[in-house]
Amino acid sequence: MIEIRGLDVVFGHGKNLFHAVREVSLRVEKGQSFGLVGESGSGKTTVLRALAGLLERVARVSGEMTVADETLMRQRSQSFRRRVQMVFQDPFGSLHPRHTVDTILSEPARVHKLDRIEQRVVHALEEVGLDASFRFRYPHQISGGQRQRVSIARALITGPEIILLDEPTSALDVSVQAEVLNLLMRLKREHGLTYILVSHNLAVVAHMCEALSVMQNGAIVETMSEKQLREHSSTMPYTRQLLTASLGYDRTAIDAFEEFG
Amino acid sequence: MTDSPLLSVEDLHVTYNTPTGLVRAVSGVSFELGREKLGIVGESGSGKSQTGRAILGLTAAGGRVSAKRLDFKGTNLLNANQRTLRQIRGGGISMIMQDPKYSLNPVMTVGSQIEEALLIHNPTSKRVARERSLEMLRAVKIRQPERVYKAYPHEVSGGMGQRIMIAMMMIPEPDIIIADEPTSALDVTVQLQVLAVLDDMINARGMGLIFISHDLNLIASFCDRILIMYDGRVVEQCTAADLDRAQHPYTQGLVNCLPRLDGSHEELPVLKRDPAWRTPPGAAR
Repeated sequence: MIEIRGLDVVFGHGKNLFHAVREVSLRVEKGQSFGLVGESGSGKTTVLRALAGLLERVARVSGEMTVADETLMRQRSQSFRRRVQMVFQDPFGSLHPRHTVDTILSEPARVHKLDRIEQRVVHALEEVGLDASFRFRYPHQISGGQRQRVSIARALITGPEIILLDEPTSALDVSVQAEVLNLLMRLKREHGLTYILVSHNLAVVAHMCEALSVMQNGAIVETMSEKQLREHSSTMPYTRQLLTASLGYDRTAIDAFEEFG
Repeated sequence: MTDSPLLSVEDLHVTYNTPTGLVRAVSGVSFELGREKLGIVGESGSGKSQTGRAILGLTAAGGRVSAKRLDFKGTNLLNANQRTLRQIRGGGISMIMQDPKYSLNPVMTVGSQIEEALLIHNPTSKRVARERSLEMLRAVKIRQPERVYKAYPHEVSGGMGQRIMIAMMMIPEPDIIIADEPTSALDVTVQLQVLAVLDDMINARGMGLIFISHDLNLIASFCDRILIMYDGRVVEQCTAADLDRAQHPYTQGLVNCLPRLDGSHEELPVLKRDPAWRTPPGAAR
């Protein structure tokens, strides 16, 4: 469904040159959830943005990307933009503060010249567990979890096949996180969606994904199946350290931590 | 070392008068802190940070704090004068905030900020202050203390910034540290390394720690004892080891709704909130 080969992303020039993503290759099958894990600055979000076509104006992107047999050009096609949607980390920053939920949800439908916009909006809200009365509220009038549901509804409006999820629950309380993760799992089942999930939280990725890549310093260190992750059978020291750290505080284990990169 | 607690809090209330009515941020929290690591866990709005701030008299303007008892080593914090409070803040009880970016002074070098914290509580010569600050930077495992001493906060990483905060809070040798989400902004490995620094210092000096966090796993593995807060109340107290056997449905819900590394892709149990949790504990308590 998604294939990335030899992706490189470089920001800036000369002294300010920053090589954010190095030689990243990955393959995601249709209907799969694929996780990208790493610490801040590892390049995981940049891979997602490069795939979505959000970096063409700000960085030099090279490498080959195909989505469902369509080789991606610098200018993404209209159909790509309909089929691939994104949900961002911060529901405060990604919803227009002066637009109502109704405006936020109808905009992508209008851009893609879809019909029956009102029905689509109501239906999308229903799918994310919000009733139609939310249409006329502003983002500041609803909670963080509801805001993230609106972001997901906005992604669903165009009837996508692929949703790129950038830390979709890291700004939420754990009880709300559980609700949103359950929602994402259900939507994937019902619509046969394919996900790429970017997160620093290994447990969230382990819960959601069938395969994952661990990134560090812009490169993929290791790609693991869920079985390998569950059995902690990682071969790379960096991944093992990340796994240990995800299990909680252990004073003796911390002394063995190494600096990587 | 005596057995009497460092800090006693009994029936602490924090209320805010807002245009839409009275908001009860904390209602009736009681606990004692000895030389131990006490975790306060709860979701946003549970009152955990408000509890920490009320102890130090840092409740925002418009907030009212009342308690039957708020006692630090025999000093009543509720009717202490500002002079006493200033001595206790930093010297007796100090606080580590969440984000070093906002809580370090951006226009002062790291060294002079740490020295300032020391000099306010223990006047000493500039030379001694410098030596002790450098020693403190080494104690929080900063590799090039001389370089960092001269650096400004924006020149250091988040993990280093948090170590600097710890150094600054530790140098007046307080008895209690209140840490409000001290490592939430950090990557997981850095987070644990910073906590190890804090842990070692607390153990070496026999201090008390109040660790406020939303991260149940972290609190359970780091602290000795846990208070679970919901809607301004402590709904349950337990030792960290007994968290799995927690009795209160809210605590159980919090524990169960966390995704796990050995995850099976099944639905996560969702926390169902019971309005009864909000009613004040009856007289039978």
